[in-house]
Amino acid sequence: MEFTVLVAKLAEGMWVSVEIFLLTLLFSLPLGLLVALGRMSRNLILKNVIKFYISIMRGTPLILQLMVVYFGPYFIFGLPTPNRFLATIVGFVLNYAAYFAEIYRGGIESIDVGQYEAAQVLGYSRSQTFIRIIMPQVIKRILPAVTNEVITLIKDTALAFTISVSEMFTVAKAIASAQSSVLPFVAAGIFYYVFNFIVATIMEWIEKKLDYFR
Amino acid sequence: MKYLEIRNLRKSFGDLEVIKDISLEVEEGQVVAIIGPSGSGKSTLLRCATLLETMDAGELIYLGEHAVRTGPDGKAVPAPPGQLKKIRGYFGLVFQNFNLFPHFSVIRNVTDALITVQKKSKEEALAIGRDLLKKMALSDKENAYPYQLSGGQQQRVSIARALALNPKVLFFDEPTSALDPELTGEILKVIKDLAAENMTMVIVTHEIAFARDVADHIVFIDGGVIVEEGPPEQVINNPRNERTRAFLSRFER
Ligand SMILES: Nc1ncnc2c1ncn2[C@@H]1O[C@H](COP(=O)(O)OP(=O)(O)OP(=O)(O)O)[C@@H](O)[C@H]1O
Ligand SMILES: [Mg+2]
Repeated sequence: MEFTVLVAKLAEGMWVSVEIFLLTLLFSLPLGLLVALGRMSRNLILKNVIKFYISIMRGTPLILQLMVVYFGPYFIFGLPTPNRFLATIVGFVLNYAAYFAEIYRGGIESIDVGQYEAAQVLGYSRSQTFIRIIMPQVIKRILPAVTNEVITLIKDTALAFTISVSEMFTVAKAIASAQSSVLPFVAAGIFYYVFNFIVATIMEWIEKKLDYFR
Repeated sequence: MKYLEIRNLRKSFGDLEVIKDISLEVEEGQVVAIIGPSGSGKSTLLRCATLLETMDAGELIYLGEHAVRTGPDGKAVPAPPGQLKKIRGYFGLVFQNFNLFPHFSVIRNVTDALITVQKKSKEEALAIGRDLLKKMALSDKENAYPYQLSGGQQQRVSIARALALNPKVLFFDEPTSALDPELTGEILKVIKDLAAENMTMVIVTHEIAFARDVADHIVFIDGGVIVEEGPPEQVINNPRNERTRAFLSRFER
């Protein structure tokens, strides 16, 4: 196989990896916030259900969770097997939302109670307080932890290979075994590294943007 | 007119009864200073009056309107949310540790509630905010962020923030306690200027000399009750109660 063909095939796989990455963030970041709010709720049932969900997501391998989402509907409920890509997104979103939720919770709980009290005395409603006063400070504080998760997610996209989604690692592996060559793996490694580099640069830029306050 | 009336306030935290039947009235234009030893319940009293803490029993009335009344079972019952929202507009609170919003510039700290809560236009809010910053000698800090200011400057911003909403009664909980000694003067001067403009204020303070100068009425609290109250000449210069005398003797220079 020519080098350019190899690169083109890997690039296609790369695009799938990017899609998994972006869709996972798009859904898990907001969902994580909702999960965090549920985790901090005064409703004990909701709080404990969420706690259990988070402990499952953090206490079992993501690779296993992906398999459950993909094979589970058929083997557990006798339903048709879902689309591979969809199953991947659902699996990643459920897993990452749990991790983000714990990050949000840590951030929200770290905000001084005086901020809530000042806002309350000034007449802000609870939602105004949360959105205008608390969240901007939370976002700044949790950014380093979120960056860590986001970087991990890039590498985790390779796990979609377990259910044969043709993301980059799956593609690289297929080419490598067909050609008995390690070159595809080397190329894939470079792709992941560049991907990471771009994302890390973007996150750094956002962190700088939030440098205007302390 | 009575701007604030607290009647028979009681407040416990678990088994600890922190406020045991306190009543207090503040007239329009009056400056009331609350003094007393640490742990006597001064902050709790202020927090109940500013609705940051719920009351166990008693009544809380601003300008004749009930924020909290006594229910048939003798327990305190807060007014409905709409009424409470209105009453929150009657008072402001200046915290010991400022509690400025760190992600807002100085001017935004002062104007944001005007826009968000009082629904004033941006221009109007900005005019009010600039006016107050000028009064607090902070015009050149308009675009600074709280972390870039000294403690005294931060406290002046927080006073401007409270004044922006045009409260009828302004509460202070030890407004100088978090400041370096050389910075307390500038805050005390601001409060004296407000008193000269007839701002109605309730001030918890450990600055006895300041309390004597600025207040019309001194309230000495110990163990959750008002031990002695009256004009400064009486309570501070000629205290009648033994506990008041013992407390004040610690401040003799
Ligand atoms: N949220 C709370 N939970 C339990 N106990 C509390 C709480 N807030 C205050 N207390 C207790 O109530 C008592 C009175 O506290 P408060 O803060 O009102 O005193 P203070 O007069 O303001 O003292 P200081 O001069 O040190 O500020 C103290 O014993 C304090 O430990
Ligand atoms: Mg106190």
